[in-house]
Amino acid sequence: MLEIIKSVPIDYYVYLSSILFCIGVFGVLIRRNAIVVLMCIELMLNAVNLLLAAFSTYLSDGQGQIMVFFIMVVAAAEAAVGLGILVMIYRNTKSTDISFLDKIRN
Amino acid sequence: MNTLVPFIPFLPLIGFIINGLFGKQLSKNAVGLIGSGTLLGSLILSVACFNQIGASGPIQVNLYQFLAVDGLNVGFGFLVDQLSVWMMLIITGVGFLIHVYSVGYMHDDDGFYKFFAYLNLFVFSMLLLVMGDNFMMLFFGWEGVGLCSYLLIGFWYENRSYGEAARKAFIMNRIGDLGLLLGMFLIYQTFGSLNYAEIFAKLPLIRVEPGVITTICMLLFVGAMGKSAQIPLYTWLPDAMAGPTPVSALIHAATMVTAGVYLVARCNGLYAMSHEASEFIAVIGLTTSIVAALIGLRQNDIKKVLAYSTVSQLGLMFLALGMGAYTTAIFHVTTHAFFKALLFLAAGSVIHGMGGEQDIRNMGGLRKAMPITFWVFLIGTFAISGFPFLSGFFSKDEIFAYTYAHGGIIWWALGALSATLTAVYMSRLLYVTFFGDFRGTHEQEHHLHESPLVMTAPLMVLAVLSVVGGLLNLPHFMGLGEGEWLAHWFGGNGLNNMPVVPLNPLHLEESLEWGLMAITTVLALIVLLGSYFIYQRSKNLPVADEAQVGLSKLFAHKFYVDEIYNFLFVRSTEKLSKLLHYYVDVWALDGLVNGVGKGVQSVGAQFRKLQNGNIEYYLIGMVAGAILLVLTMFL
Repeated sequence: MLEIIKSVPIDYYVYLSSILFCIGVFGVLIRRNAIVVLMCIELMLNAVNLLLAAFSTYLSDGQGQIMVFFIMVVAAAEAAVGLGILVMIYRNTKSTDISFLDKIRN
Repeated sequence: MNTLVPFIPFLPLIGFIINGLFGKQLSKNAVGLIGSGTLLGSLILSVACFNQIGASGPIQVNLYQFLAVDGLNVGFGFLVDQLSVWMMLIITGVGFLIHVYSVGYMHDDDGFYKFFAYLNLFVFSMLLLVMGDNFMMLFFGWEGVGLCSYLLIGFWYENRSYGEAARKAFIMNRIGDLGLLLGMFLIYQTFGSLNYAEIFAKLPLIRVEPGVITTICMLLFVGAMGKSAQIPLYTWLPDAMAGPTPVSALIHAATMVTAGVYLVARCNGLYAMSHEASEFIAVIGLTTSIVAALIGLRQNDIKKVLAYSTVSQLGLMFLALGMGAYTTAIFHVTTHAFFKALLFLAAGSVIHGMGGEQDIRNMGGLRKAMPITFWVFLIGTFAISGFPFLSGFFSKDEIFAYTYAHGGIIWWALGALSATLTAVYMSRLLYVTFFGDFRGTHEQEHHLHESPLVMTAPLMVLAVLSVVGGLLNLPHFMGLGEGEWLAHWFGGNGLNNMPVVPLNPLHLEESLEWGLMAITTVLALIVLLGSYFIYQRSKNLPVADEAQVGLSKLFAHKFYVDEIYNFLFVRSTEKLSKLLHYYVDVWALDGLVNGVGKGVQSVGAQFRKLQNGNIEYYLIGMVAGAILLVLTMFL
């Protein structure tokens, strides 16, 4: 199993996670739908997770994987809170467009 | 006795504290009783001091050391020698009579307790001034009486012009005080002490540059000029008549304004060493005396006439000081305290009877309605004019005898001119006020009444004193015993076993003295009689200020001195203030402070645009920042 993973060069993992991260960043920047934005944030976190897991395996160091668990816990909490807020926003505005937040400026 | 000496000033202070703190709750009688009673206590103690000094020399009491810094040791100490005790007797004696009078005069005033509190505070300060054993104590008293003068001139502060008169007095006195203060600094630098005893002990031994003593004398005299209303700082005194009349009598005639005379007499050792300063004092004194008398000729406010008369008499006192006749000056202070307090209080009685009227053109014929006031005013007028054998006759003629002996005939003639002018304006005041027909309104005539006994009794006492006051220092040639009792009393041993005021005998022929005396007396008598015909027989009334012409107009407008001062000092100061206000305060300082504020605001306004609430915008900013960080790390 370890050999299979290591048969893929580390560079590829770096490329893949970079691409995933960039997709996430652009999704956050471009999309207005709050749900999609939250999903994109998850995507960025998971891109980092992937990289951590990959390096952890290649360097035979368990710390990276521990870090992944931490990030997953935080991501789960963040998703719960973010979706909770979103549900409340939707109930009040019947919309999930993030630009509505302009209106609470004053 | 020594333990009782501090009570002389502290009794009025206690009166001030009681009346000041609880006067509102006390009845008017109680307030008057406390105010006058504390002064009576001081008077009795002063008399006791007077008795003891004659037997056993000066009393010195040092309560405590309140300043001890690097060689400068100033104690809160009292020195009661012949000069101090004499001033104390005048202050407490005349002060007591005026306090009693005030009980009647101020009876209907709402500020009754406040008035007595201020008066007591004044007496305390004045006693501190004359009783202190060093210049610092004198300065305390000096400032204290200045403050009380300010408070009492502005006693009816609802009237704006009264408040302004108070401020004028205060500011002009400040100018003089600066001179006194500088003089004290120079004394300390020269003698290394502020104590009278140490200074006067060093005086015969000290070797300094000749100008130093003269400078000290001049600076001290500047202080005296302010307090004693001499040219050029005299204009506050006539305005000070805004205060209640007892104040004018006590502060602005009998006691405070003579503080300058006391100062010079106290430092007679210094002045005796400086011929220039003495001459300067004599010139200022004589000029003031004549100028003020000329102005007094054409004033129509009963108190203004008396005020200018006071300035004029103070000028004569300084003339005496300048001639080296220190005892004579104090003698004139004494007689002047009697007859000027009498005149002011009688004027107050007139104002009281007229219901507040002060213009003599609206009076006339008061002789019948106010007989006691008339008679005491007559005595006062005759005393100040030098009617034979009244108090003013002796003190004035002594001044002129010294003036002749030390200055020569021209000085004497100018002095005699001033004395004659005194007789002119005083008899004019007397005849216009008390003779002829009543010229006031009908209500005033109805209101007209003699003052109550509480006011007339002090008047009668002062009238007696004005008559017999001259006996204190009879000229030696009058033949009643040795004569010159006061001069011998002052010649007694004081500090360091030196005479308080050295005897300064006149070296004139007896016949010449008789002759000089006769000339001034005859002049005064001619004026007193002549004025009677001018004002009584021909009903020659003073005209309105606007109708005056020529010299009269000049006198009526007080030589335009107020206008000149106004133009030279007040307006230029105002202009300077306005310039400073505009350029320094508004333009420079406010500009700087407001500029900083505005700068911060405008920078903030620019940054505010970043904070527009648009989430995408923030996100782009965040990502851009992150990319930038990464780039800087790798590049």
